Amino acid sequence: MKFSRKLQSVTLGGLTAVLLATSSSAETVRWGAPRDIVSLDPYSYGDSYTINFLNNIYEGLVRYNRDLQIEPALATSWEVVSPTTWRFTLREGVKFHDGADFTAEDVLASLQRVTDETSPLKGNLPAYKSATVVDDYTIDIELNGAYPLLLNDLTNIHIFDKGWLVANNAEKPTDVSAGVEGYATFNTNGTGPFVLESRTPEAQTILNVNENWWDEPKHNLTRVEFQPISSAATRVAALLSGEVDFVDSAPVQDLPRLEAASNLKVLERTDLRTVMLGFNRRDELVAGGENPLNDLRVRQAMQLAVDMDLIQQKVMRGKSRNAGLLVAPSIPGYSEELDTPAGYDPEKAKALLAEAGYEDGFEFDFVCTNESYVNEEQFCQAIASMWSRVGLNPKLDIGPTAKQTPKRANGKADVYTLGWATLPMLDTYSILVQVLHSKTGNSGVFNWGDWSYPELDKLTQSAAVELDRDTRLQMETDALKIAKDEVIMMPLHQQPMAWAVSNAFSDFPQFPDNKPRMWYVTK
Amino acid sequence: MLAFIIKRLANAVFVMLSVTFLAFVIFRFVGDPVDQMLNEQATQEQRDDLRERLGLDKPFLVQFTTFVGRAATGDFGISFRNQRDVLDMIAERFPATFELVLVATFISLIVGVPMGVITAIKRQSWYAETMQFTSIIGISLPSFVVGIGLILVFSVWLGWFPAFGRGDTVDLGWWTTGLLTPSGRMSIVLPALSLSLFQITLVMRLVRAEMLEVLRSDFIKFARARGIPARSIHFRHALRNCLMPVVTMTAMQIGGLIAFALVTETVFQWPGMGLLFIQAVTFVDVPIMAAYLCIVALIFVVLNAIVDMTYAVIDPRLRGAEK
Repeated sequence: MKFSRKLQSVTLGGLTAVLLATSSSAETVRWGAPRDIVSLDPYSYGDSYTINFLNNIYEGLVRYNRDLQIEPALATSWEVVSPTTWRFTLREGVKFHDGADFTAEDVLASLQRVTDETSPLKGNLPAYKSATVVDDYTIDIELNGAYPLLLNDLTNIHIFDKGWLVANNAEKPTDVSAGVEGYATFNTNGTGPFVLESRTPEAQTILNVNENWWDEPKHNLTRVEFQPISSAATRVAALLSGEVDFVDSAPVQDLPRLEAASNLKVLERTDLRTVMLGFNRRDELVAGGENPLNDLRVRQAMQLAVDMDLIQQKVMRGKSRNAGLLVAPSIPGYSEELDTPAGYDPEKAKALLAEAGYEDGFEFDFVCTNESYVNEEQFCQAIASMWSRVGLNPKLDIGPTAKQTPKRANGKADVYTLGWATLPMLDTYSILVQVLHSKTGNSGVFNWGDWSYPELDKLTQSAAVELDRDTRLQMETDALKIAKDEVIMMPLHQQPMAWAVSNAFSDFPQFPDNKPRMWYVTK
Repeated sequence: MLAFIIKRLANAVFVMLSVTFLAFVIFRFVGDPVDQMLNEQATQEQRDDLRERLGLDKPFLVQFTTFVGRAATGDFGISFRNQRDVLDMIAERFPATFELVLVATFISLIVGVPMGVITAIKRQSWYAETMQFTSIIGISLPSFVVGIGLILVFSVWLGWFPAFGRGDTVDLGWWTTGLLTPSGRMSIVLPALSLSLFQITLVMRLVRAEMLEVLRSDFIKFARARGIPARSIHFRHALRNCLMPVVTMTAMQIGGLIAFALVTETVFQWPGMGLLFIQAVTFVDVPIMAAYLCIVALIFVVLNAIVDMTYAVIDPRLRGAEK
């Protein structure tokens, strides 16, 4: 009886049912995602989750391999003709899903679309100036200065078919301020390993395998069913009840339960994202009065007063990796030698505070969000109480990201949390130019504390145009050392990430950038 | 009567404008959409530029009047995040929410009315007491707890119903329905049940109170004296006299349920308007938030106006009061 009921519910379970019935012949992954993709247009919104999902349908000139090294994709080779000109040789015989041939014109149209005035992804290709088609399978990309990270940027620039864009009046990206919808928001035509079958927002997006893919498939999937389930508890329930067979965001507190389930395996590792604290470095604190955070001894004391090991064990349940540097180990520019956590020494912290003239402590705003990073609310509370223990008086302010960000960005926070993964670039340069550089011109957008270290700025600017990889990485490491010595920002940890998959999959690689890549999955 | 209708309409417009105004005041505190629209690599210049193009740098009153002017012509703009027409997005999700609310209302009447009658006529019995007691649980448990509980029992342990989603839907052109497919019907059970729990309690308590009142009235006493069977008295004569307030309350509550469904929709990943709204709040998608609030306010206003007008038709005294 129990069995027949169960069978009936499965049969009536709709989508689920169709799959189970056909699963003998088709290898399907049913993906329970923490959120939906925002659009089918990869140039729609600065959202790496969406861009990564669409990488199943669209491809770039280059891509990351299993070890996150850049390898050829739609381009087979490239050479630096002059410091500002790169020549790409394109792969021949590649076809778009609608059958059109892939040529240099398609690359040009895509580059123009992504760098258009109104494109939200313009910042993803900052060095682009123009491109020239040399012949059908050769294209020159002109840059506005020497720029070593072009390939990193190109991994995220998906290539459209020019004819398809023109035919559907979608050569320009959709401009939200104009209030007109775009064709590419609802339709796709890429070269990638999967073809879109259908999409219902917030319900499901279904992909089928592209039989005519140019590359030798390393996966054996025939179908991907992407179903967003935003409530974490429901997501776990759906996995346990077998309605989905992969979730890419398993809540830390549910991991023991998922591990105990016989038909599931949990994949865990630490993320590339380093969570850190920033300090207000203006003349006055938010509440007014002289700013003690400008004193290096105070910042050192605040670092020594926090017992990161305790937070790692209790708050992060042993799953995080305490950091001594502002970037994670696999990011180019990282140095193992420098990655030494400051340690915990409350007595020394008190002594440093006394030396700086603040033995009675001082009051400051400590701004955290409740959902940006793993267990953020809890670790912020822990840090605040540890600071209280050495005599400081933090006023903890926790709220949603959308509410806290304007405070932090407008200098209304004395100490704040920030997580940086250097995505999509995957290079230390990302944090140097966006976070640590002085707030001048286009640099230092996330320099929310408004500090300025001319020496660090100089190293960043030199690294920006240095084409020799080793020299450039050394400059970046030197800049990170300044940040460490001066405690510009206080690194906390690399946060844990966890996926859970059904045992039916024999190979399901987990990447440190937390992006599931379906073209490496075998069932 | 005409003057009455005009007055009601003027009221409705005033309410809508106030809601929009309040919504705009609130939007100023939910954050900056530009931070979410561009990624980590965007420069300050690109951020300022986008803010300017979206008109977010303009003073509050200018933004408000532009919005009202456009909304009056049915143009709510396109979503910052999804780049889709906001009205289309809401229209696409409205059927899901409305079906959920209808089924929940249906369940609450089917279950709530008999429970109300039983608790009224068998006041002293143990089962009436039990129902009364459990109804307190129904009214005091937050709906996300109920939802997760239902998922745990019926999806994870028993495997009877799906834990999330709406199942297969049939597209009728202007309406998508899940009620015509087996998977759609299975999918609606848990969310509708979770949404109706509060309603069941409400209906039950209302029916009970009304029944107690009616059972004391003279015509029931006469009916008893004439020897009419108890079942006929209770369900034919007494219950009918209780139903008017129940129907009114149910109609008024539909608006409330549509607005309230957002918690249930989030728990069950039900692709309705509430889920859309919650996500719009997280991403500060102002066009969607504004349109959603306007539409929910409109539903309330329309429902209230209909109820008021019906009353005016039924009860001449209300018409007189307007003079």
